[in-house]
Amino acid sequence: MSTVKFYDRAFSSRLLIGTALYPSPKIMQDAIRAAGSQIVTVSLRREAAGGKTGDAFWSLIRELDVTVLPNTAGCRTVREAVTTAKLARELFGTPWVKLEVIADNDTLQPDVVGLVEAAAILIKDGFEVFPYCTDDLGVAQRLVDAGCRVVMPWAAPIGSAKGIVNRDGLRLLRDRLPDIALVVDAGLGAPSHAAQALELGYDAVLLNTAIAKADDPVAMAKAFRLGVEAGRMAFEAGLMEARDFASPSTPVVGTPFWHAIS
Amino acid sequence: MRVTVNGEQREIAATRIDALLSELAYEGSHFAIALNFDVLPKSRWAETPLQPGDEIEIITPRQGG
Repeated sequence: MSTVKFYDRAFSSRLLIGTALYPSPKIMQDAIRAAGSQIVTVSLRREAAGGKTGDAFWSLIRELDVTVLPNTAGCRTVREAVTTAKLARELFGTPWVKLEVIADNDTLQPDVVGLVEAAAILIKDGFEVFPYCTDDLGVAQRLVDAGCRVVMPWAAPIGSAKGIVNRDGLRLLRDRLPDIALVVDAGLGAPSHAAQALELGYDAVLLNTAIAKADDPVAMAKAFRLGVEAGRMAFEAGLMEARDFASPSTPVVGTPFWHAIS
Repeated sequence: MRVTVNGEQREIAATRIDALLSELAYEGSHFAIALNFDVLPKSRWAETPLQPGDEIEIITPRQGG
C-alpha cells in the first residue's frame, strides 16, 4: 500500500494514536506497538513542585521510537492555544502541533473561528499545524488558505464512539480538498468506522478512547490496525458505486429451464 | 517576592527561573516554561530576572489524545 505524507514526511502507518486513558503504562506501550502506529499524540500539563510525572511519561514514549504530535487539548482561547503550541515546540523540539481550540465543554466542539485564527498565527511562526475541526467545508477551506496542509475533521464528538455521523460532509471534504492530507480525528468507536473513513479516501485516522477503554486495548489496537489497512486497501483497489437495483452476479446465459421462464 | 506558579500564589526567594526550579524542588529534566504567557526558552532560564507578580507556568509532557 502507498505511504501517507504529513508535511513532506512519509509514513507507512495510517493509524495515529493517542497516549491517554490506558489501564497502565505497559498496556499503553503494547497497544501502540500492536496498532503499528508511527505517530502518537501527547499533551502538556502543569508539573507539581517536586514532581517527575512528565519525565516518567516521556521516557515511556521515547522507548517506542515514534514521531510525537503534541496537542493543545483543553485550550479555549486563541491565546492559550498559541502559547501552548509554542511550549510544545520548546518541550518536544517539533514544529508539529495538533491544534485544538474548544468551544463547548460538553461536546468538545471545536471553536472553528478561533481555530482558523490560531492556525494562521502559528503557521506564520513556522509551525506545521494539524487542526482538529468539524466537517464543515468552509472552515476546512479557511484552514487550507491559512497554510494547513493537513486537516482533521471529527467523525463525531471526542470519545463518543458514534462513528461517522456526517458521511456526506466528509466525502465532500475529500472531493474538494484532493491535495490535502485528511485525517478523521475523534468519535470513532469500532474498526469498521476506521475502515469506512479510509474507504472514503481519507489519508488516516486518529483515535484514542476506543482503543484505550476497550476491555483488551492491545487486541483492539490490532483490530483497528487491520480495519485501517482493509479500508485503505479497498480504496486503492477501487470500490464499486452503490446502485438502486439488483444486478445478478451469476451468469444469466445458460440458466437451466431458461426457455420456460417468461 | 510574590509570584504565581502554575496558578498558585507563592512567596519565593529566587530571583531567576533556574533558581526558582531549584527552590521548588523540580528535579526532572523535561520542562517548558511560560513567563507571563510567553515561552521562555531554556537557554534564558539562568539570565531572566523574575519580577513581583510574574505568572510562571511549569509544563511537562503528559498523556494526550
